[in-house]
Amino acid sequence: MANAEEIARAADARDIRDRWLLSAPALVIILLAATGPLFVMLAYSFMLKGDYGDVQFGTFSLDGWTSVLFQRDIFDDTLGLADAHLSIFWRSISLSFYTTVLTLLFGFPTAYFIATRPPKTREVWVFLVTIPFWTNLLIRTFAMQQVIRNEGLVNTALMALGIIKQPLQIMNTDAAILLGMIYIYLPLMVLPIYASMEKLDFRLVEAGYDLYAGRWQVLRRIIFPLIKPGVIAGSILVFIPSLGAYVIPRVLGGGKNMMLGNLIELQFGAGRNWPLGAAISITLMVLVMIALLFYVRNASGSEGAHG
Amino acid sequence: MGTRIESLLRSCQADRLVVTIKTGTHLPRRAGALNGVIVPEQPGKNAIEVRGVRKVFGTGENQVAALDTVSVSIRENEFFTLLGPSGCGKTTLLRLIAGFDFPTAGEILLHGQDIAPLPPYKRPVNTVFQSYALFPHMTVAQNIGFGLEMLGKPKGETEARVAQMLKLVKMEALKARRTSQISGGQQQRVALARALAPQPKVLLLDEPLSALDYKLRKEMQIELKRLQHETGITFIFVTHDQEEALTMSDRIAVMSAGKILQVGTPRDIYDRPAERFVADFIGETNFIEGEVKSAADGRATVRLSTGAEIPASLPEGFTPSGSVTLVVRPEHAHIGPADANASLRGTVENVVYLGTDTHLHLKLDDGSAFIVRRQNSRGGGEALAPGNRVGVAIGPNAAQALKD
Repeated sequence: MANAEEIARAADARDIRDRWLLSAPALVIILLAATGPLFVMLAYSFMLKGDYGDVQFGTFSLDGWTSVLFQRDIFDDTLGLADAHLSIFWRSISLSFYTTVLTLLFGFPTAYFIATRPPKTREVWVFLVTIPFWTNLLIRTFAMQQVIRNEGLVNTALMALGIIKQPLQIMNTDAAILLGMIYIYLPLMVLPIYASMEKLDFRLVEAGYDLYAGRWQVLRRIIFPLIKPGVIAGSILVFIPSLGAYVIPRVLGGGKNMMLGNLIELQFGAGRNWPLGAAISITLMVLVMIALLFYVRNASGSEGAHG
Repeated sequence: MGTRIESLLRSCQADRLVVTIKTGTHLPRRAGALNGVIVPEQPGKNAIEVRGVRKVFGTGENQVAALDTVSVSIRENEFFTLLGPSGCGKTTLLRLIAGFDFPTAGEILLHGQDIAPLPPYKRPVNTVFQSYALFPHMTVAQNIGFGLEMLGKPKGETEARVAQMLKLVKMEALKARRTSQISGGQQQRVALARALAPQPKVLLLDEPLSALDYKLRKEMQIELKRLQHETGITFIFVTHDQEEALTMSDRIAVMSAGKILQVGTPRDIYDRPAERFVADFIGETNFIEGEVKSAADGRATVRLSTGAEIPASLPEGFTPSGSVTLVVRPEHAHIGPADANASLRGTVENVVYLGTDTHLHLKLDDGSAFIVRRQNSRGGGEALAPGNRVGVAIGPNAAQALKD
């Protein structure tokens, strides 16, 4: 009997070993390709910057991290808050927040509209919503530029109608970035909300009406709680890429209205401060992870509520 | 089957007293047991009046008339059933009364007021859905209290009423559960309690028992009757199950292809079907052809193919001439000797023993089939075997003429 147990144990051990061996190639790729660069960034953020970019290997310094939020005074070398960085952080977070709220505001009715169409037309609508995904981000952003620039569609039309005499300065403002981000990220909000809305049992909506709930109450008390996971997923899907947006603020915001993505690019390029660039990158990642943590907690909570 | 119909008939007979009183001018007083509110029945007052309602779905060539100019009156405190096969329009009619759909034409009166244009949340009418449609993100108690909350009732009143409803449907122990954590039968009770809690003028029930197993369904049938009696609320019940309709209803409307064919008490519908569809849909039926000899005052004398002349009752307002189809229920015909006095003559093809009674499948001399049901008694009655020649006696009250 003891013999049989031993054989079984040996077989189990072999099984486990084989499992690791077989998944080794995948694990290696994931480790090298996904986490490897992150560790490089982490290491760079703790080194001294090189004179012409790059880092000085073998050095240790916290300069990169302190300059995320602080800067040394040119004259007396005291540390002060880096106002430029702070305003960029603030712009990134607030613009991402507004983008999320506004895409939700536009995306929710859109998803509701699609989910209440007959199944056949629904597919067409979903396809229409996803069309922008087939186009390069840069092209879509430049298209937006053509719409809002001084000689663009909006201004030409408004002036032709005599509503305004001077073109509205939309380009190179925060509003332009916001418009661009709403346009680019709207499908990311619509699709997850649509996905949970499609599963929604509309007989529950009828039951709500039957039990004296008006339209607003049905929305607030029945539809919204049931599609909350979709709303949270959509919000995260919009908020995270908004936070790291690079192309949109670059093309629509001009050189002055930078977001975090542009700041990072600046440090690795003209700024020649790789440790600072690395430190900001990791800060951005931490911000994203906080957002994700919020999502995971909320999503699992509401799933429990559904039983 | 035989047992079931037999017991059904017995319960129908027991119901008859109530039914005849109810259909007369005087209606019994039935007090609503809830909240101390007394809901007196007033003679001849209708809870719901459907007048010339049409409902067309689709446009152009795809137009389908789900309801084809339907009119019906449903009295206060009545257990009224819409009975018919799927696609007959019964659920459409219910949804029009609930307000989920709006009629293409016609009006729907609730206590004399036209409610057809009102949204569902402005109608004092509640629905028990076929799928129950309980809110999955709320507890049992929250589900039951939802309607009251939406009506803006004070918190204390809502809580008291929810407790009362929980007691009524015997769900007190599970009030804090999520609706996904209770069984189908329990969900059914919660759905009922939720719809009854706001004290609707009319309760609509859309095949609420169809998802339950046989035994539970039987229990719920009795439970529903009890609830209707205790609350004194008008119930409009939709079903395709004729047995369910016969056992529970005060009156039944039989529907087919968007039309109401006949409205009457279960006994009316069973004993005196006006049309072939009604006779065929409810219970087992024999159809026999004959020639009208004379017809007057709701009775006719019909000459059968055997030459025998039998009396038949006529549907209201119908006086036939020429050839007519008669309905004879299997339990209303009797086996006798195959002599010249027999109304019909034929051979026994099959004998099916069913415990309380026996079905005799006959082949009549004109080639048609005929079924006779005989109640069994111990050691009594002569044994019949396939091949025996028999006669069928049709009593003076057994046959009913059909309009079509």
